[in-house]
Amino acid sequence: MLFFNIVIVGLFFAVLSALLPFFIPARWSLLSKLTHFSLLGLAGLALVMSGFLTLIMKSSLYLTLSPLSISFIKASLHLDPLSGFFLCLIGIITIAIAFYGPSYLKGYENSKYSLKAMFFFTGLFLVSMSLVVLANDLFSFMFSWELMSLTSYFLVMSHYEEAETRKAGLVYLLMAHLSGLCILFAFGILVKFGNGFDFQSMQAAHLPIIWANLAFILAFLGFGMKSGLVPLHVWLPRAHPVAPSHISALMSGVMIKIAVYGFIRFNFSLIGQLHWQWGIIVLFIGSISAVLGVLYALMQHNLKQLLAYHSVENIGIIFIGLGLAILFICKGYPMLGALAMIAALYHSLNHAVFKSLLFLGAGSIYQSTHEHDLNLMGGLIQRMPQIAFFFLIGCVSISALPPFNGFVSEWLTFQAFLQVPLIRSNTVRFIVPIAAAMLALTGALAAACFAKVYGITFLGKPRTDRVAEACESGIMMRFSLGLLALFCLLLGILPTFLIRWINTIPMSLLNVGLAPNNLNHWLWITPIDPNVSSYSALLVFIGVIIICVVSWIVLRPLQHSFSFKKVTAWDCGFGGLNKRMQYTATAFAMPIRRVFKNIWTVEELKTNEDEPKNKIVVRDMSTYELHVQDNIWLYIYEPIQTVVDKISKLVSYLQQGNIRVYLAYSFFTLLLLLLVVL
Amino acid sequence: MKIYLMEICQALLFLILSPLLAGWIKTIKCVLQNRRPPSIFQAYRNLIKLFLKQVIVPQEASWIFRFTPYLIFSVVVLLSFIVPLIIANVSSSSAYFSLGDVIVLVGLLALGRFFLVLSGLDIGTTFGGMGSSREMMISSLAEPSTLLVFFTLAIIASSTNLSYIVGHFATSQFIFRPSFIFALLALCMITLAETGRIPLDNPTTHLELTMVHEAMILEYSGRYLGLIEWSAQIKLMIYFVLISNIFFPWGIATDLAWHSLAISFLLIIIKLAICGVVLAVTEMSTAKLRLFKAPNFLSLAFVLCLLAIFSHVILGVG
Repeated sequence: MLFFNIVIVGLFFAVLSALLPFFIPARWSLLSKLTHFSLLGLAGLALVMSGFLTLIMKSSLYLTLSPLSISFIKASLHLDPLSGFFLCLIGIITIAIAFYGPSYLKGYENSKYSLKAMFFFTGLFLVSMSLVVLANDLFSFMFSWELMSLTSYFLVMSHYEEAETRKAGLVYLLMAHLSGLCILFAFGILVKFGNGFDFQSMQAAHLPIIWANLAFILAFLGFGMKSGLVPLHVWLPRAHPVAPSHISALMSGVMIKIAVYGFIRFNFSLIGQLHWQWGIIVLFIGSISAVLGVLYALMQHNLKQLLAYHSVENIGIIFIGLGLAILFICKGYPMLGALAMIAALYHSLNHAVFKSLLFLGAGSIYQSTHEHDLNLMGGLIQRMPQIAFFFLIGCVSISALPPFNGFVSEWLTFQAFLQVPLIRSNTVRFIVPIAAAMLALTGALAAACFAKVYGITFLGKPRTDRVAEACESGIMMRFSLGLLALFCLLLGILPTFLIRWINTIPMSLLNVGLAPNNLNHWLWITPIDPNVSSYSALLVFIGVIIICVVSWIVLRPLQHSFSFKKVTAWDCGFGGLNKRMQYTATAFAMPIRRVFKNIWTVEELKTNEDEPKNKIVVRDMSTYELHVQDNIWLYIYEPIQTVVDKISKLVSYLQQGNIRVYLAYSFFTLLLLLLVVL
Repeated sequence: MKIYLMEICQALLFLILSPLLAGWIKTIKCVLQNRRPPSIFQAYRNLIKLFLKQVIVPQEASWIFRFTPYLIFSVVVLLSFIVPLIIANVSSSSAYFSLGDVIVLVGLLALGRFFLVLSGLDIGTTFGGMGSSREMMISSLAEPSTLLVFFTLAIIASSTNLSYIVGHFATSQFIFRPSFIFALLALCMITLAETGRIPLDNPTTHLELTMVHEAMILEYSGRYLGLIEWSAQIKLMIYFVLISNIFFPWGIATDLAWHSLAISFLLIIIKLAICGVVLAVTEMSTAKLRLFKAPNFLSLAFVLCLLAIFSHVILGVG
């Protein structure tokens, strides 16, 4: 019960962080900020503690909330390793945000936007996410799920005065509710066959195959929409960038993982018998999302939008792992299923950490430059050296490069892929190598994308004056980023401990985990067998450092003087390299845009204004515009929008605005109803 | 314990032999072009010359520019621990742990490339950006193929550990596998792409319109340039060793006896020399592709990889 008490204390802190700022007078805004964020941090700490303890003690606890129960619906909570893992994930990011928030919100103090409202919704957002993870029955699950959607909607609308924000908010609200509806129906099927609203009776249900398929499809749609799988991702790159950065970090880092939690809980614990065809579907959609997510991201030059598209990519990678897990479990290799699931869970945590790091970094950049456009930045490594360092770690991690954390989870996913030939099924054998190829392509393109992000933002010469005058962020913000960067490194070089802890999740869900003797080596990950594969991240990390240091020391005495000469770069003898001659983000991605040109709808607008020919000095009058559009929005969503528009226009003929017409409507309706009744 | 000692020796061999390999390729090319070749040891002299020179750094450069050469160097040196040069899979010893497997190999190469691309952008010149952008296009298309080739081999050998893969092919009976042919062809094409050779890039050109790798490192000088060139030579040797030891594993030592090690060493020298000749002839007989023809070349490699993996997985040969 102790763990539950810690969770309750955490939730209590979160509620306090939402409510207390209302009791602090407006002129003490610093106090209200500090109260909010310190309580939020305490809440995060409590969540991490309880989640972590649950994970290592492998305990499963249940709690019935009798005061909240209505007649036959009994609200109850549970805390098992899966919930514990996601509580940890929520908590870690919350702690980082608690350090980051106070100085980030400096700009908001004297603005028209209400901080108190933001605090209120942030606190409730945290509570609702934790409750989704803890819920043990349909009632509390759906209640907290909807609360999560609503509070996050209000947070997205923080800058409500901008038209773009309102548009994004509308799209988000619509899709969040559609997903809620799908999930409700999916659970409804389980409730129907399980004769009960709590998860235990759902587990006991035996579903006919058609209903099981329907429940799976609905759940996949619902959770996939909320987590941003292609083609249901369109809300994500709209809603995440318009929110304040710490909220984007919470949404992109944590909220979409809650949908992943829902998917895991639904499929691996509740629905009962899995079918391998589902695995193929999940794998297929996952790999499409991964590739399209990264390709769309490559074309963005708004930093936060780019990061949001990368969430689509990473969610794709997570679902690839889950799809593989379903495949293996159905085909009788539960141990490999556990491996794939561990890879997916590991990637969820990794993505939460590095995506929050990058979003918070984007917030720091915005705070000191007021720019989101990559093409206007440059040279920030000189102005903000520490932020630049932490951001670099985030970029390396998300690009899945060793020895950082993104690589570990991709490595595990690939290991799961390589065991697929064990499965004796031609469909599987045909699909899976293609999915593996797509995952490999995703990794390579992600590296290209983040080379672009980092190179254009932080390196080279500043492209605008405002960027040239940027200054380093506050110490707490740097600390928060440093904390997350440290997590990226630790998760990268000490993966064996984490894998051992995560292993309790498949143990509790599927009653099978990785072979215990493969978990004993703390230095090497050997998921299947040391002879099959091994990777020692710590040794790679130490090796790189040692060789760097040795080569530096060895080469030092060979040079004439230690100080190197600084000169201007080679300009072909024409003189005057300037900031406009550098490659921009658009230019950097141009070769890739040309290679995959059918993925986007690219619109190039060139205008060449005529100048008198006899002028010697031709002023630059030509303009160039490039619009790269998401094809999915263009070909799926816009037609839907037009149809809806047309239907609503038709409906509008009914609305004449004349009171007599409306009276006639009511009269005829009444008549009709009377006819029916009589 | 001995096997780890052998790994260190192999890494040293990589360090020492790689400039010789570069010199050998240069000699062959000169002979083919009817020129008088420089000494085969010229590559060593170049490196020493570069290590002794003073370093000149552009003004805009940050610490990334100065850190990258060391990082790239350490990445390839680390890889030379993983790649089996003269000894593979000593099965008698108890569980042998490799530092990393083929996926780690691809990942580490990507890490080095990531930083090289960053340092190209770091100096804020057009050439740097141009090189970085092109390199990223080529590598993001080549890297998936590399992984797929290794996946094919890993599935056949049911291990991703390079030493085990090589050991598996060396000790098991020779079976003709169609997937092998595809994989070999693909790996050769990838080697050309990843090491910046004609037809995708030209290590000897400094023409604005055609540079890729050279454009990125245009501003490097002194010991930084020396480290980068040495790393490029080691990288080329790593690819050659992979090709020759995986596809032609004959004679590689699988135990620690002195005579088998000596034979294995002699054979790998011969194999590398043949690889060098093949590369020189290829480079001599083809022209550099236009940049936007490169994707066609790379997608051919990709298709070959897919064929390799399918012909193994679906036909189930071997």
